[in-house]
Amino acid sequence: MALLELKDVHTFYGNIQALKGISISVDEGEIVTLIGANGAGKTTTLMSICAITPLRSGQILLNGKEISRVSPNKIVKMGVSQVPEGRRIFPQLSVSENLDMGAFLRTDKEGIKRNMEEVFAIFPRLAERRNQLGGTLSGGEQQMLAISRALMANPHLLLLDEPSLGLAPLVVQNIFEVIQKINKERKTTILLVEQNANMALKIANKGYVMQNGIIKSADTAAHLLENEEVRKAYLGL
Amino acid sequence: MKVRSILADVRKSLGIAVWSMVLLFPLMVMKVSVTRGVAQVQFRWNFLPFVGIAGFVLSFAWRIALEWKDRRGNNKSEGTFSRVKAWSGQYFARPAVRTSALLALLSFVIAYPFLFGMYHTNIMITAFIYVILALGLNIVVGLGGLLNLGYAAFFGVGAYTYGLMWKYLGHSFIAAGIDPGWLFWISLPLAGIMASLFGILLSLPVLRLRGDYLAIITLAFGEIFRMVMQNSSDITGGATGISLIPRPWFFGHKLPPPQAATYIYFIAIVLVIITIFIVRRIEDSRVGRALEAMREDEVACEAMGINLVKNKLITFALGSFWAGIAGVIMAAQTTYINPDSFTLWESIIILMAVVIGGTGSIPGVIGGAILLKLLPEYFRALAQYRMLIYGIAMVLVIIFKPDGLIPRKRKQYTFEEKELSK
Repeated sequence: MALLELKDVHTFYGNIQALKGISISVDEGEIVTLIGANGAGKTTTLMSICAITPLRSGQILLNGKEISRVSPNKIVKMGVSQVPEGRRIFPQLSVSENLDMGAFLRTDKEGIKRNMEEVFAIFPRLAERRNQLGGTLSGGEQQMLAISRALMANPHLLLLDEPSLGLAPLVVQNIFEVIQKINKERKTTILLVEQNANMALKIANKGYVMQNGIIKSADTAAHLLENEEVRKAYLGL
Repeated sequence: MKVRSILADVRKSLGIAVWSMVLLFPLMVMKVSVTRGVAQVQFRWNFLPFVGIAGFVLSFAWRIALEWKDRRGNNKSEGTFSRVKAWSGQYFARPAVRTSALLALLSFVIAYPFLFGMYHTNIMITAFIYVILALGLNIVVGLGGLLNLGYAAFFGVGAYTYGLMWKYLGHSFIAAGIDPGWLFWISLPLAGIMASLFGILLSLPVLRLRGDYLAIITLAFGEIFRMVMQNSSDITGGATGISLIPRPWFFGHKLPPPQAATYIYFIAIVLVIITIFIVRRIEDSRVGRALEAMREDEVACEAMGINLVKNKLITFALGSFWAGIAGVIMAAQTTYINPDSFTLWESIIILMAVVIGGTGSIPGVIGGAILLKLLPEYFRALAQYRMLIYGIAMVLVIIFKPDGLIPRKRKQYTFEEKELSK
């Protein structure tokens, strides 16, 4: 059974249909990537999973349980955590306060402490700046903070929305290494939304290509990297 | 370089002076008087130079102030003022100095009603009421980031809770032989709860609103409350309000007005201290930080599993609670309430106290409230210019001290520093 399964999901913004029947399945322990151009509906898919933009029809199953009518905070409690697009850290809160907000639903102080140390071990830069305000960090550091904040909820499933957005190539490299590391060491399943298709497909097991609210093609990441159409459209080769 | 920039300032100010003479010519120089249906224009040429000089001086002072602000922004740590500030900061950081300063302040506050008499005591009570109001509004605006322009309505809910309790239960209290002074103590928590309930009621329709829309809805709520109080004359007494509300009794004794004022003064102090204590606890708590997170980014909050609906309800309920409490003190102090005490203007003054003092900063908000309430009382001669002065003060604060007079110092949340440093 898949960890996360979307079955024929339709989502609207007012009268505009953003998702026109999306079906995705993510298995335990995988890295699955969702690639596509601007406006394809990638972010909306993640927002629908988190119930921040509720879907109009279709089903979302987490461990076989229907979650499409569950409120966002309960979904986080069930172990799904999102790194939103554009980082969206809390600029007026310090780094450690940002992290603490990530663990908002947890009550085990010891566990939170341990988790924070783990996160600081992954990103030593954040440990150095833990008392600095989030807004004073550089773009790359903010992305690290956003990922760390999501990890503070101790998720089974981590949803990453364009972690490479607006970052220098070296920083992107670093972030992607960390994503792989999180997947291997913490056994966290990852659903990665990316415009940087090349990078994403290289670390993923499976990929979905989205276009105008539908899934254009789905295959293993290795096959998609070979696929002539995908190479032309998204890899610029 | 410096001389040149000053010369440029002088030149620009001269230009402003000429402009102000031209623009104000019809207002300040020409005087039209109508005698027997014939208009006569009288030219008061001697006013013209004054207009010019005033224009020049104001414009020049403004330019110098702006330059001073830029320079100060560039090298913040230098200059005598900041050195004095740093020194006094260190000095006050010492626990002994801090405690003695606090004790001195406390003893002055306690001695105040005995030193200055009833008139000044009453003014101080009003100032304390505004301190409580501003601290409450600070939860909504400073922490939650939700602009509330109808805050006076919650103040009114508190005052009317006490007023209506007196109006409808006072007789039965007297008939039963219980002194009606008890009503005050029953009303105090009840008014807080009532105001919280109204806060929740208001927050339901505004859950999805932010910024301008929220401001408009809260503004409308404030006016609706006032209108309802004004028009339901059968229940609330309408525009005439409720009068002869009792002051709190001192352990079964009815106090004469001067002593009652002193008594209310002390009640107000205790409530201010309780408010400060609780508001600080809220700020340092996880709920407080969740409110701040909501102010910063709502989507990120949802992604973190923070329940926005619950958070907004909490913000409004907590913020309004204090307004209800303040309302009871106000009703007890003035012994008379009517809807005119809870106008939009009242909400705006409380909001101004928060903004001028420093949004989110507890000492700032207290200072702002005291300043805005005490200065008008002691400068009664300038009463007709009050709005003008408030406006100018607001503009100056926003340009020169955008974070308020006493800006918020963020408490650093140091978490397991020890474990990591080893």
